[in-house]
Amino acid sequence: MSNETLVMHNGAAALKPGYADHAADALRGLRQSGDAVDFQVEHHHDVASTIQLGFWIYLMSDCLLFSGLFATYAVLHGHTAGGPSGAQLFDLPSVLTETMFLLFSSFTCGLATLAMNANNRNATVGWLGVTFLLGAGFVTMEVREFAHMVAIGAGPSHSAFLSSFFTLVATHGLHVTCGLIFMVVMMVAVMRKGLTETNRARLNCLSLFWHFLDIIWVGVFSLVYLFGVAH
Amino acid sequence: MNVANEALAGHGPHGPHGPHGAHGSDHSPSQKQYIIGFVLAIVLTAVPFALVMGHSGIGTGVLIAAFAVAQIVVHVVYFLHVNRSEEQRWNLTALLYTVLMVGIIMIGSLWIMHHLSSSMSPGTMHHMVWSGQH
Repeated sequence: MSNETLVMHNGAAALKPGYADHAADALRGLRQSGDAVDFQVEHHHDVASTIQLGFWIYLMSDCLLFSGLFATYAVLHGHTAGGPSGAQLFDLPSVLTETMFLLFSSFTCGLATLAMNANNRNATVGWLGVTFLLGAGFVTMEVREFAHMVAIGAGPSHSAFLSSFFTLVATHGLHVTCGLIFMVVMMVAVMRKGLTETNRARLNCLSLFWHFLDIIWVGVFSLVYLFGVAH
Repeated sequence: MNVANEALAGHGPHGPHGPHGAHGSDHSPSQKQYIIGFVLAIVLTAVPFALVMGHSGIGTGVLIAAFAVAQIVVHVVYFLHVNRSEEQRWNLTALLYTVLMVGIIMIGSLWIMHHLSSSMSPGTMHHMVWSGQH
């Protein structure tokens, strides 16, 4: 029953996740029997971890989707059809900036999770807001890069290399955009209903999703941009 | 790497929670874990970018791959908090299976397509036609 233990966080006494819900369950359970309390608490714990495992399985299948796109890119990256190659198109300083946007957002997403565990509703929403802005900065830079490439005639229809590049990088960008929408929805939900058991489970899924996208981006900047410029 | 092994074993850094935090550290992540992960990730990003942007050239391809793998491990351990604890068993199993599948898809595709393109290149095509006549 570690859920009910009091923890000290940043000097203030804070309650572990789901304390309020568990307390309500416990009160209800006390009118029945001791066993009922255990059952209710265990039940909540099981549901939360089942949701997390289900979401994890989704992330793993998404990983397989990306591996197909990575493999396609790896096979086709040399097929430039007389058009520009990666080394001629990619601007590493701006890719580094994009990478930092995403890495900092991963960190602030972690801080949002810590704020949630410390039962601090305002800090949770605040850090999610910072994460959103950093993620939006990433998407903005990526869209500008794509627009620039299309403008100079290096659009996805130009060569097999560019088709596979746009498919891989834009699929990641689309995932980040979905993550941003997920984030706005969770900020509104936490502001309206607080850090309920349901919102906590969803916030845990959101943070898994966001960290997962950063991992995919490590693959993208290494395989696509760094390899592309180095060779 | 020592710290990473500790975290993998589920006895990772406990963070600023004091004795109570240490008790529940295998359930809830600590601030210290995120900071360690963040700093490692920054370093593992900065070095390969510096190598490529500085045109060092020596063994860059292998180094980029090594830094990418190292950073992915850092993310998984410090941000996704995957460890070898009992309650994470299925997460870890699914992750390892996925790593296997990704390896098969990536290496298999490159292998097959490389063979295919070398068999289809004009020189070998001539050889195949020629040997077919005998």
